[in-house]
Amino acid sequence: MSRERVTRAGEQKRLEERIRHTSREELDLQRVGVDQETGRETMLLNMGPQHPSTHGVLRLVIELDGEMIVSCKPVIGYLHTGIEKECEYRTYHQVVPLIDRQDYLSPLNEEMGYVLAVEKLLGIEPPKRAQYIRVMCAELSRIASHLVWLGTSALELNVSSVFMYCFQDRERVLDLFEMVSGARMFPRYFRIGGVMRDLPRRGFVESVRTFLKDLRRNLQKYHGLLTNNPIWKMRNVGIARITAEQCYAYGVTGPILRATGVAYDVRKAFPYSSYQDFEFEIPTQTAGDAYARYLVRMAEMEQSARIVEQVLERLPDGPIVVEDPKIRKPHPHRGLFVPPGKSYVTVESPRGEKGYFVASDGSNKPLRVRMRSPSFAHVQALPLLIEEAYLADCVVAIASIDPVLGDVDR
Amino acid sequence: MSVKNAIEGLGALLKGMSITFRYLFEPPVTIQYPDEKRKPPAMFRGRHYLRLWEDGTERCIACHLCEIVCPAQAIHVVDAPNPKKNPISKSHRYAADFQINMLRCIFVGDCEEVCPVDCIVLSDEYEISGYTREELIYTKDMLVEKHPGASGRDPMVKRGDGRME
Repeated sequence: MSRERVTRAGEQKRLEERIRHTSREELDLQRVGVDQETGRETMLLNMGPQHPSTHGVLRLVIELDGEMIVSCKPVIGYLHTGIEKECEYRTYHQVVPLIDRQDYLSPLNEEMGYVLAVEKLLGIEPPKRAQYIRVMCAELSRIASHLVWLGTSALELNVSSVFMYCFQDRERVLDLFEMVSGARMFPRYFRIGGVMRDLPRRGFVESVRTFLKDLRRNLQKYHGLLTNNPIWKMRNVGIARITAEQCYAYGVTGPILRATGVAYDVRKAFPYSSYQDFEFEIPTQTAGDAYARYLVRMAEMEQSARIVEQVLERLPDGPIVVEDPKIRKPHPHRGLFVPPGKSYVTVESPRGEKGYFVASDGSNKPLRVRMRSPSFAHVQALPLLIEEAYLADCVVAIASIDPVLGDVDR
Repeated sequence: MSVKNAIEGLGALLKGMSITFRYLFEPPVTIQYPDEKRKPPAMFRGRHYLRLWEDGTERCIACHLCEIVCPAQAIHVVDAPNPKKNPISKSHRYAADFQINMLRCIFVGDCEEVCPVDCIVLSDEYEISGYTREELIYTKDMLVEKHPGASGRDPMVKRGDGRME
């Protein structure tokens, strides 16, 4: 079945021009791109920024030919809070709560990146126990984030029961974070040089073990509900396909890249925080579509559970923060003084490769903190996935990319 | 779609429905707030309190450390010399004015960690809401605990100096 593209090259350029120079009011529901021969027009539709399915305040200016998406332009910046600039006015320890709030679904991976970057500048390494605890927290955070992804992706396709079950599991993870640090979503648990405090002695390890057992059982339930479900497959197989070359071109990493067959995971490629001590696999698929990404993320949850179990078995005794008192208990007024330099550290966040660049000029406040966010690159690649697809597939595509707008906009 | 596909699909659908059907017989996990309330764990970072010594004097010595260390700049402290006749705190100065803007506070807990006299604590109260912006700027009379131990929190326990749970 051949589809006629209504806009041709010259008209595409004019369209871009008009989108750039048109005022906000005129953009909505404007009719552009009239085909001279057939008289058919395309419609410019604004999806977002207030939209329940865009995973945040993402605005997509979509040009529609009936139900078919002809072109798409993502517009971001609706959640920009200037975190990178704010970091320059706070001491190194005060930056950590800001960092928490970017990728708010998995804050501990964010904290991991930042504290690793500052520790690299200081030239220190936290003790083994702290590193193992950090790995456990990061993996629990990854499970929590993937549960949100699964729940919301299912909810957008009207499978609201999976949404409820996933959030039930996520509540257990948030309760674990609360036990350990005092706050559910923004734990502020990692410190430069270690972690804030040790694991609670009574009940924590048992709670984690019970949670992992229940998680494995519930993952089987989610597989039973979704993986072979013909409706789920019809909505996801073959939708929003991306190839490995396109991923390289756009800087797409994480589960999306792994679903195209490339086994790249920062935890294996550039291990940090003692990840090399643990055995886990990198799940990959080859199809590169939304269903492949679904399978990859489900398998990743299983692997994360495996890592947490290994951490609990092998957790060594010892201090949880470096001995150096200047780092462990910095001067309360002035904070921590970091020698001048630059460092760049990447971590594997549930979205993809998250990079932290910290530049120091020798004072107690960072000169620059720059985050390379995976969701930014993925949203940039979104038009690739949804052009020449139906509008209904747009929802599936956004869900399978799993952007977090706090990460995109910072 | 072939008949085999249709039957497989139907089987998968029925399997899914059986999973959701079983939830009918499981007890609900909902906590019926406000009739039932969940007690947060010992580490929880909630509403602030200014603790007292056992004999009733205030702990706060107006050192401004919590004010300096707060990432959200939510605390405002005004110090004054401690009156000699009826000392309010056990040091040279006391907090004449102590305000926390609960709308700016992001409940990080740095103030609790840095306080040298274990005065400010974050308790387990999380029901902090109000109708106006003014009423959510907590003043000293709202923050000081009514009697020693009223906040239910001991920063030594929270910091994990040997006795955490």
